[in-house]
Amino acid sequence: MTTYLLRGVRPLGADPVDLLLADGLIADVGPDLTADGTVPHGAVVVDGAGLVALPGLVDLHAHLREPGREDAETVASGTRAAAAGGFTAVHAMANTSPVADTAGVVEQVWRLGREAGWVDVHPVGAVTVGLAGERLAELGAMADSAARVRVFSDDGHCVSDAVLMRRALEYVKAFDGVIAQHAQEPRLTEGAQMHEGEVSSVLGLAGWPAVAEEAIIARDVLLAQHVGSRLHVCHVSTAGSVEILRWAKGRGVDVTAEVTPHHLLLTDELVRTYDPRYKVNPPLRSDADVQALRAGLADGTIDAVATDHAPHASEDKDCEWAAAAMGMTGLETALSAVVEAMVDTGLLDWAGVADRMSVRPARIGRLEHQGQPLSAGSPANLTLVDPVGRWQVDPAASASASRNTPFAGRTLHGRVVATFLRGRATVLDGELTGP
Amino acid sequence: MRHLLSAADLDRTAALRVLDTAEQMAATQQREIKKLPTLRGRTVVNLFFEDSTRTRISFEAAAKRLSADVINFSAKGSSVSKGESLKDTALTLEAMGADAVVVRHGASGGPHRLATSGWINGSVVNAGDGTHEHPTQALLDAFTMRHHLVGKREPGAAAGQDLAGVKVTIVGDVLHSRVARSNVLLLHTLGAEVTLVAPPTLLPVGVDTWPCATSYDLDSALEGADAVMMLRVQVERMNAAYFPSAREYSRRYGLDARRLRLMAEHAIVMHPGPMNRGLEISADAADSARSTIVEQVGNGVSVRMAVLYLLLAGSDDVDGGTA
Repeated sequence: MTTYLLRGVRPLGADPVDLLLADGLIADVGPDLTADGTVPHGAVVVDGAGLVALPGLVDLHAHLREPGREDAETVASGTRAAAAGGFTAVHAMANTSPVADTAGVVEQVWRLGREAGWVDVHPVGAVTVGLAGERLAELGAMADSAARVRVFSDDGHCVSDAVLMRRALEYVKAFDGVIAQHAQEPRLTEGAQMHEGEVSSVLGLAGWPAVAEEAIIARDVLLAQHVGSRLHVCHVSTAGSVEILRWAKGRGVDVTAEVTPHHLLLTDELVRTYDPRYKVNPPLRSDADVQALRAGLADGTIDAVATDHAPHASEDKDCEWAAAAMGMTGLETALSAVVEAMVDTGLLDWAGVADRMSVRPARIGRLEHQGQPLSAGSPANLTLVDPVGRWQVDPAASASASRNTPFAGRTLHGRVVATFLRGRATVLDGELTGP
Repeated sequence: MRHLLSAADLDRTAALRVLDTAEQMAATQQREIKKLPTLRGRTVVNLFFEDSTRTRISFEAAAKRLSADVINFSAKGSSVSKGESLKDTALTLEAMGADAVVVRHGASGGPHRLATSGWINGSVVNAGDGTHEHPTQALLDAFTMRHHLVGKREPGAAAGQDLAGVKVTIVGDVLHSRVARSNVLLLHTLGAEVTLVAPPTLLPVGVDTWPCATSYDLDSALEGADAVMMLRVQVERMNAAYFPSAREYSRRYGLDARRLRLMAEHAIVMHPGPMNRGLEISADAADSARSTIVEQVGNGVSVRMAVLYLLLAGSDDVDGGTA
């Protein structure tokens, strides 16, 4: 296995050090590991001058589409995109076909991830059979499988039945699992096409009201408190949701939450183009919501950035708005979006970025080997970022099999230069390597 | 003007140019031979993803009276229902050499996608898209109001004038109405004062940002109005709890004989059609001397002639619309 010496990198933006990666671990850390004039262990030297070192990014929420929609994405293509974006672990959502609601399917996805070798793939198990919201899937079997599932979600659908949600929250305590709720009151959002507000009124598109998200989150934090369970809230998108979460955390509820990069950066004004690239669920919201989400992420009310990477075949976006699929890709642009929304604005420093994009998501997913400190003995899962690098998003150059990025043509800040998964480079010099 | 997708595409100058051109078109329609050679050799496609006989024949008559070749393309069953995609339909029309595509689509923004996707090069005219807009309906409504309220029914007398100070009350299902959206925008551009009247369930969240007033009480909004426009209400809305029953809707928001008497003497009654007689409008109101409902249909042809003319022949005018 190749040994790497990362020279002069800045861990979490701090003063430059050398990092030695050997045998899958961070073997040594020091201000100058070549002080005696030799490169240890014949290591390959990576010039890290000016680069920020972060623990490998961990995504709690990606749609890898396999099995079922391999035309949109496969585990292999999706995890290549993840590595290119600086990730070393990705949670794969359960809304595949067949649904990941049995030990067999989650083990298949887990094995596809191992074979691809770009990042650790952690399947998310469905809460209910077929995502139908009627009866619990065999959560214990998925937890006990080779995939060791700890995060369960009907993402794309809300577990709207209060009794079912209560039982799920209770049941997964037996194996330290967590229910990741897609908070969307179904009756309030029938046929919904975009955020309900000024823009929807003008465009004549059916509204997705903020209250449909907030009402479910309010109910769920109270349920979680009542049964003493752990709750995670997917893709929080409204200012009201942030307030409810802040209140719940203040009361000691064991709740965590994520926000997507696009909800930190884009607003419903973009829908005026009727371009379905901007169609996503939950929808892009108002600028006031964006500011509240940034503030919530900065103060820790929102624990994590999660991509909700949702690749779609071109024909599912090359149509009128109402007919288009919901979702946008995000694995390759997530870090840059966070840099623009949070770092450039002074809301988060690099330690904060590491916390929200690696440390806390790893903790929520109970991943022992991810999100660890950049110190000797830690697994060598890390990414190197050029903080002042600029790059223009070219959908055709994407590692993802799909092209539905909302950032096409946009110049983003912060560029991933290298990614290491257990000491092996998946990205080097800004290019994907072989797995 | 390249396309007409929204009433917001028209600034005051451009809107007046359409209305004044429509006056000229209307004048030609009094002649024995109504056909003009203006668009000879041009092809206008009526692309209708929804049934709308009234709007389609209005555009068809307009294009034919300008001597354009007209192709009617009924594409019911859009990609929403997994038929041929909008894109493939558009590419087909482009291959046929359409100079203008008049499109009616069930999805809000459908015409916008056609115009901006690069699938076709011709002009796109929005003939009604989902619950978004219906700009030529607003133009024919403004034309009708101007004729009655500004020009005092003298042909051509209102040329060059806008609707400054005219008070318009629009009543009904604003939430789902493309007619209301286009009218609010265009009437505001032309200086009219609009009041929307509806049960609170049928006004969209965000309506407070529109350039108009709103009210839940019809009686009070009738008294000062110069024009009262009744919108079609679909009885199906009742089942989605927008209102309790057709009778209650009719009592609270229908234009009946009693309410007709609350209106000023000069005020006109309008309806974009098709009407639900006995629901939003009584026979007394629909058939009264102040009703312009049938006249609106005729004006529709003149206004659509003007739009097609300005898009296809008048595009080299200099002082320009904003579209």
